[in-house]
Amino acid sequence: MSDPTTTPGARPLLEIKNLEVGFQSSDGIIPAVRGVDLTLMAGQTLAIVGESGSGKSTTASAIINLLPGAGRITGGSILFDGKELTNYSTKQMEDIRGREIGYVPQDPMSNLNPVWSVGFQVEETIRANGIATGRKAVREHAIQVLREAGLQDADKRLKQFPHQFSGGMRQRVLIGIGLSSRPKLLIADEPTSALDVTVQRRILDHLETLTRDIGTAVLFITHDLGLAAERAEQLVVMYKGRIVEAGPSREILENPLHPYTQRLVAAAPSLASRRILSATQESATHSLSDLDYAPTTVTEGIDLIAAAEERVERERAGGAAPTRRPDAIVVNDLTKVYKIRGQGKGSAGEITAADHVSFAVEKGTTTAIVGESGSGKSTVAKMILKLEQPTSGQILIDGVDVAPLKGRSLLDLRRRLQPVFQDPYGSLNPLRNIGNTIAEPLLVHKAGDHASRRARVLELLDQVALPQSLITRYPNELSGGQRQRVAIARALALKPDIVVLDEAVSALDVLVQAQILKLLAELQSELELTYLFITHDLAVVRVIADNVCVMQKGRIVEAASTDEVFDHPQEQYTKELLNAIPGAGIALGV
Amino acid sequence: MSNNTPTRGPGHFVAPLEETPLVAVDAIKLDERKSNLWIDAWRDMRRRPMFWISAVIILLVIFVAFFPTLFTQVPPNDDCQLANSNGAPTGEHILGFTKQGCDIFSRIVHGTATSLSVGIIVTILTTVLGILFGAFAGFYGGWLDSVLSRAGDIFFSIPYILAAVVIMSVFSAYRNVFVISLAIGIFAWPATARVLRAEILRVKQSDYVMAAQAVGVSNFRILLRHVLPNSIAPVIVVTTISLGAAIVAEATLSFLGVGLPNSTMSWGNDISAAQVDLRTAPQTLIYPSLALSITVLAFIMMGEVIRDALDPKARAQR
Repeated sequence: MSDPTTTPGARPLLEIKNLEVGFQSSDGIIPAVRGVDLTLMAGQTLAIVGESGSGKSTTASAIINLLPGAGRITGGSILFDGKELTNYSTKQMEDIRGREIGYVPQDPMSNLNPVWSVGFQVEETIRANGIATGRKAVREHAIQVLREAGLQDADKRLKQFPHQFSGGMRQRVLIGIGLSSRPKLLIADEPTSALDVTVQRRILDHLETLTRDIGTAVLFITHDLGLAAERAEQLVVMYKGRIVEAGPSREILENPLHPYTQRLVAAAPSLASRRILSATQESATHSLSDLDYAPTTVTEGIDLIAAAEERVERERAGGAAPTRRPDAIVVNDLTKVYKIRGQGKGSAGEITAADHVSFAVEKGTTTAIVGESGSGKSTVAKMILKLEQPTSGQILIDGVDVAPLKGRSLLDLRRRLQPVFQDPYGSLNPLRNIGNTIAEPLLVHKAGDHASRRARVLELLDQVALPQSLITRYPNELSGGQRQRVAIARALALKPDIVVLDEAVSALDVLVQAQILKLLAELQSELELTYLFITHDLAVVRVIADNVCVMQKGRIVEAASTDEVFDHPQEQYTKELLNAIPGAGIALGV
Repeated sequence: MSNNTPTRGPGHFVAPLEETPLVAVDAIKLDERKSNLWIDAWRDMRRRPMFWISAVIILLVIFVAFFPTLFTQVPPNDDCQLANSNGAPTGEHILGFTKQGCDIFSRIVHGTATSLSVGIIVTILTTVLGILFGAFAGFYGGWLDSVLSRAGDIFFSIPYILAAVVIMSVFSAYRNVFVISLAIGIFAWPATARVLRAEILRVKQSDYVMAAQAVGVSNFRILLRHVLPNSIAPVIVVTTISLGAAIVAEATLSFLGVGLPNSTMSWGNDISAAQVDLRTAPQTLIYPSLALSITVLAFIMMGEVIRDALDPKARAQR
């Protein structure tokens, strides 16, 4: 792949040719990266986009020769600044790592050693890379690194330990460490995936400024196409260990040619929400179908935009005759206070996880509760599910106060109200087969005999588009998305009216996420379900929700219809959240 | 995929579709064979020679315990003649004689049942107590956890051998297999309880436990159906290893003279009786010790194999 945007004769900073990486296993070598070509010029930013298992992180770790365990480079060349890295010895690589190629890891929580102060770890890097020598010089340099990383009171912060830092601050430290020796190249492997969107935005802005000032080229690994396009000039899309499409970011977003890229573009919630936004802003009278967006180009993927359009159309059709349906969930002044053991003497602290929360969910609609970590959104969900006791306030389900419910009537409430949780790997009991898992609610509620239960399980598997043969299989044979389908089937077993989806799609790859969102939308219209959708991802909200409650620090700061919130946000916090949706900065020529 | 030749900007590379054909999103790929933790562990274990070696030894020991007369025709006690005291092996008496002139091999074979029974009874006792205390403490938490865990700590702080010595001295009139098992087991269970409690604390955080609560499954049933089965793996490892330890404990107590009465045949008693003649007739000590070591080793090896098979991290590294 040649890059004509650069001046001829200029030597690329990083040139990967026909790179092959495999993992040694008992059945021979399993290829993970297959013939990857990649060129990065000095000072440029290039993003590798792909789903989990696409080989994007493996490619990055191959460059600095930090492949995990049984990974081996089996072919090709990595030319960095004129040096052939594949021939380098471990010792030689150590000189390159940190000094010439910086690395920012994915998880800020586990990448700082908790027993050493932050300062010690920064100083260690500085010393190891020979940036400064002498106690004083090293200390001064460390303070400068932290200051550059955007931490206030850098000299005091040096003495603190990682647990005294928030996730965002830790990632700043890691970025500071990565850039401390002014490397020519910085590899950032999903640097902000574990952080809240607003924090993500600030950190990436900061990273951009820093690298531009220093002139460091950035290799950015991400699963988020919107984020990649926003942050990098060049984009490389990987699929099953190969590059399927590469080129300038804008070009690829606007004109994706490979069917896989087209799938990704269609399924990325950030892009979909962006398209809807620009369409409605263009002209409120325009119908969404005026957009020259052609969903037919997508061969087999799931088209979130088309799904969202459908929803908006339906809403407008219904909007003509505003018949207000009864409320399925009403929450009044709900408050939850957790007592925590005091850290100092006598200071038995209290944390207000939910602070006078009130909202209502109309039957057959979807209400999203959006907030960042610690906003109290999951606490609200758990109280509604009666898995947590509220400190005060009232929850009405179909007009009935749930607080006094016990025994028989509580069981009856549970039948009508079912949850789907976030972690697909933790939501199914690994020792029970799929059939028993889905049948458990039926068994508990003594619904039907053995034969009718089995029939219902098979019917449910059909509904969530899973083969009936799964009935005797175990969860660890399934992917995350398939497990989430099983969890949905279990939730639907008792034919509930309300489903509480607590970050139900957050842990899934974009394509799978889109698939599950589509399934949820189909099930909603088919079974007239009411959804309470708990999420941190505003982009997803735009695509599926009718109404939105934005939560911050236990309070609902804004609640309105989705269109209202997105088009005319009232609160500063909501505006911040909206701006932080990755890809918000791209002016898409839709 | 394109109707007209699509406009491709400069530097825009598109791989030919044939190179990486698209697969359906989230396609279901099922292995021929079913798989869950136990099935996988079994597949893993049966590939290892260590598993088969220890399994054969354990089965052999059990078989000997039940049918000692299939292995030796010589009576262990009735035929003892002091003329043979510490005698060398002869044709029928392949391992020689004890100080009392009894056949060593026959005594080992007939003592197997005693040693094994103590091991099994102690293990059943510690497992039952350990599961009861560990499960309730871990699952229900709160004051119940405090009470049960402190109780466990008290028992844990006393070395069980010391405690057993005391108990056996007090109940010296009732020295038999059950009493000695009780004496060992009553102070050995906190280890099991601790392991199980820690595992239950981890498992009960799982989303599937919350999902079961949301369906309306009762707490006790959640413990029984979801939490215990997923927490039991480390208990099995501890149990297997502690079976060996219990056999050693019985031998230790008998050696110290507070174990089983001399009239009961056990490896511990034989080792104890042999110590005086260690220099003149080492075989009287070596053979019962060997029987003890091999048996205990088999159980410990089995525990290790099970641990490796159940620990997915260890498996990934192989």
